[in-house]
Amino acid sequence: MSTDLSSLDSSDPNIRYSASPSVPSSVAYFRAVFAVAWKDLSAELRSRELLSAMLVFSVLVLLIFYFALELDVKARMDITAGALWVTFAFAGTLGLNRSMAIEKDRGCLDGLLLAPVDRSAIYFGKTISNLAFMLVVEAIVLPLYSVMYNVNLFHPGLLGVTLLGSVGYAAVGTLLAAMSVQSRTRDVLLPILLFPVIIPVLVAAVKSSSGFLTGAEMVEITPWVNILLVYDVIFIAVAFMVFDFVVEE
Amino acid sequence: MSAQPRLLQVLNVLSVFLLVAAAAMVFVYAPIERVMGAVQKVFYFHVATAWVGMIGFIIAAAVAVIYLVTKDLKWDTINVAAVEISLVFFFIAIVLGSIWARPAWGTWWTWEPRLTTAAILEMIYLAYLLLRQGIEDPERRARFGAVYTIVGGLSVPLTFVSIRLFRTIHPVIIGAGGSEKMNMTGEMVATMLVNIAVFSVIFVTLFWHRIRLGQFAEKVEQLKLKLTH
Repeated sequence: MSTDLSSLDSSDPNIRYSASPSVPSSVAYFRAVFAVAWKDLSAELRSRELLSAMLVFSVLVLLIFYFALELDVKARMDITAGALWVTFAFAGTLGLNRSMAIEKDRGCLDGLLLAPVDRSAIYFGKTISNLAFMLVVEAIVLPLYSVMYNVNLFHPGLLGVTLLGSVGYAAVGTLLAAMSVQSRTRDVLLPILLFPVIIPVLVAAVKSSSGFLTGAEMVEITPWVNILLVYDVIFIAVAFMVFDFVVEE
Repeated sequence: MSAQPRLLQVLNVLSVFLLVAAAAMVFVYAPIERVMGAVQKVFYFHVATAWVGMIGFIIAAAVAVIYLVTKDLKWDTINVAAVEISLVFFFIAIVLGSIWARPAWGTWWTWEPRLTTAAILEMIYLAYLLLRQGIEDPERRARFGAVYTIVGGLSVPLTFVSIRLFRTIHPVIIGAGGSEKMNMTGEMVATMLVNIAVFSVIFVTLFWHRIRLGQFAEKVEQLKLKLTH
């Protein structure tokens, strides 16, 4: 079901997306990216197995934080950003693993690779859908955290940082998940591969989030946001260049 | 099996000899530091091993790119060799640093940028080895290894920058000893440079041995395949 690529190209199965005469190649490329992302999202809309697992898991992590750290009013202000990002990072690996395992298990990845589109379009499509899953989880966890711990998290800066951090996380995570799913240890391997290289994102996201929450000066927050931006740009570019090598058979 | 080339045999002997000479220089020639005392001598080995780890790290990243371009498996052998040696030497450097930090800063471990980055680099290398372990197809193993080396190699400088930023905003708990420059005498500088040179030679020797080992392992794998078919 998740390899239903006929919607990609229903009019003429012989059209090669990269060299179609009627459609400009850039438009065709974005259409392919969108098609890959959309197939993930629509499959998820029907099964809801991935999002529900990520959500339940996130809520459990928040509960565990309460008991493990005894989040009293004072501690809450200091560690809210950290607790949130640990939750996002852990829930994120669940989603990344699952979204790649689905492709691999049912032979869907091979189907995707056979599609006459640039391989990087598959990468961007998967990244966008993974990012969408993360954002949905975050959109539910943030208000939930606000209610459970009585902290107001609705700060535009915080939301922006959450987006930037999630972009970097999904960009690197999708690339590494595509590798780990092809190894023998599979889902065990992803967090081990991902966490050491995602540390700049986590440090910068935690520091800038807590900066916004505690109302720090913009001068203190800007360097962290810059790190997030630099990381996002570098790793999206790198993943774009090396994804071919990860799926090549 | 081919015997070791003459130059490698020379390097074997030379490495042992130089290591002894460097140790002698550290313990006899270099003066005892006035404030920290004898424990400061560990610093020479610490700098030298960290240097070797750094070289291995840079070689691994460069070779990973070359592999992805050429697709020649010999670059993969070199890639693993560089990563493994770098892993070991960074570990030695961290341990030696801890031994020095205990009397100098009063703690075995501080979240100092260089220290933390070295530790994270070790984790990246371990993840790299775990990733390779999980893949049987040598060609795919090489590709994934190279991709991960590149991703890791790019994240390390950013990690360093972000941790340093982290530290400057947070006050350092263990006094200002961290980045304070040591006042070294001429003999100390000479000893340090000699140690760096000596460990570079040792690195070349080990690197060569490890690459040969990789080539033998490949041969064994091919022979096994021949036997089973």
